[in-house]
Amino acid sequence: MTDVTHFEGAHGPKPRRVFSRRNIFLYGTLIMVALYYVLPLYVMIVTSLKGMPEIRMGNIFAPPVDITFEPWVKAWSQACTGLNCDGLSRGFWNSVQITVPSVIVSILIASVNGYALANWRFKGADVFFTILIFGAFIPYQIMLYPMVILLREMGIYGTLWGLVMVHSIFGMPILTLLFRNYFTSLPEELFKAARVDGAGFWGIYFQIMLPMSLPIFVVAMILQVTGIWNDFLFGVVYTKPDIYPMTVQLNNIVNSVQGVKEYNVNMAATILTGLVPLVIYFVSGRLFVRGIAAGAVKG
Amino acid sequence: MTSSVEIKNLNLSFGAVEVLKNLNLSIAEGEFLVLLGSSGCGKSTLLNCIAGLLDITAGQIFIKGQNVTWAEPSERGIGMVFQSYALYPQMTVEGNMSFGLKNAKVPKAEIKERVAHAADVLQIEPLLDRKPSALSGGQRQRVAIGRALVRDVDVFLFDEPLSNLDAKLRADLRVELKQLHARLQNTMIYVTHDQVEAMTLADRIAIMKDGLIQQLASPAEIYSRPANLYVADFIGSPAMNLLDGQINNGNFEAGEISIPLGGYEFSREARGGALLGIRPEHVIVGGNADTADISLDVTAEVVEALGSDTLVLTSVNATRFWLRISGQSQVATGDALRIGFNASDASLFDKADEKRL
Repeated sequence: MTDVTHFEGAHGPKPRRVFSRRNIFLYGTLIMVALYYVLPLYVMIVTSLKGMPEIRMGNIFAPPVDITFEPWVKAWSQACTGLNCDGLSRGFWNSVQITVPSVIVSILIASVNGYALANWRFKGADVFFTILIFGAFIPYQIMLYPMVILLREMGIYGTLWGLVMVHSIFGMPILTLLFRNYFTSLPEELFKAARVDGAGFWGIYFQIMLPMSLPIFVVAMILQVTGIWNDFLFGVVYTKPDIYPMTVQLNNIVNSVQGVKEYNVNMAATILTGLVPLVIYFVSGRLFVRGIAAGAVKG
Repeated sequence: MTSSVEIKNLNLSFGAVEVLKNLNLSIAEGEFLVLLGSSGCGKSTLLNCIAGLLDITAGQIFIKGQNVTWAEPSERGIGMVFQSYALYPQMTVEGNMSFGLKNAKVPKAEIKERVAHAADVLQIEPLLDRKPSALSGGQRQRVAIGRALVRDVDVFLFDEPLSNLDAKLRADLRVELKQLHARLQNTMIYVTHDQVEAMTLADRIAIMKDGLIQQLASPAEIYSRPANLYVADFIGSPAMNLLDGQINNGNFEAGEISIPLGGYEFSREARGGALLGIRPEHVIVGGNADTADISLDVTAEVVEALGSDTLVLTSVNATRFWLRISGQSQVATGDALRIGFNASDASLFDKADEKRL
């Protein structure tokens, strides 16, 4: 009584060897590349957990013998940046105050821009779009000084709001392109159906387009949060020491020339500064990939 | 007869490309008009113009006597059904159907009532709480029709609504659409490239090509008296057989064939080069062939048995000549056949301007 049929020759799934040449090459390469990227991070974390005497012994790859969190505390609340010695915490809150409004304002404006460009073909839309995209290719440095004058004349030079405005403006070309391409990829008939149903410009935007656009909003948010958080140039040019963003403060801590170089504090400060974009990526990485695929393919 | 939709001297150009050329069309109250044509002929464009989704270059559009040339789509008293259904994916079926009413600020109780009524008519009550993604293609298209239905409009516009469905469902929904029209008695304008849909649904068909209406007539008229060569070739599958020849002294002569045209109704005086068209199903095969105006012998080259009927490819004067015969008849490749046809069943076209004679 057996139901098993016996076949002659090849049958069923083709057997695969785990240690085939292909697998060794593929995974070998992947592991090497991963190590190459992870190693510096490892050194940073390990060093930030060591005391200065241990660091002076020179074994940068060795794990800490005596784990201490003191460098982290010091980087956050005691390290000196220029005049004040209250650590990175001040810069962190400055960066939050700069990033949050910049991200919200730039995404709001850019999404409406993209929606108008994709669906409401107004006169001169192509010219407008071309100029906007052209803006993405001009190096920021060229516009630094004119922007200083502009901000001064508006009376917001050196304020948080000045910097927020600068970030919002400079995010516009790439974000508008992103949103326009995404909205273009949505079926045009949906837009037509909504118009027949009597929805206007804002009605269609809020009730039809927005609910379908979560992925692209996440992409835009990640791009802007990391871009603005990591920005150094605008931060140092358009603000004053009291409201320096975290990146500028980090630079001041690491590059301070007085006293002993506290490598462990520097490492901890650097990790702290990079933490926000990292968290953002980990939390929304999957949506990011989906949104990039949805928005970037067409157009 | 009052006209429900009237289009006067409509022109539409995209830059230098003229998509619709000086188009005039008058659609009667309660009429089912089908715009038929191959892709790129301007039929969907015309529908979009009527809906107000495209700005026209010149001309006027009237709906129910109102000049709506500059009106917004929602102000025109139209409902539209799209090929891709275009249901709002984040709303339930009920939300989809009530969206237009909410925009029009209709009271809540009335919205509920109208949605319930439309759902009853289309038999989609069990689906009201579902999202479009949880519906099949046929159900989605029903909801899309329902969305137009609740708005209580004068004119329904259909843009190839059945093209995304499989063959069986398409046939089912086609019948339902016809019943719906019979019940509602609304004016309907229906765009399709499917001639079966056009023939079965339409009160009148407008066949379009290159932004011009080639013929506007009832399905029977278009089938039996095509206005020009394009229409003759477009309608019917397999297409009308065409013989190239001359008209001489009341006879059509092509090679050795000579057909007396006594039975043919001329619409204008004719002489010289002409094309004679005869539909495959109007060719008489077998014993009765000799009683027709002309009879000749042919050989079956290809036999396609479709079950209900059989198509036979032969050649006359070295051009392809299809016959449609009963599915019961036993014909094999290579068989000799005696065929004939009458001039009264044929269509004659002038060779120069390709118009009906």
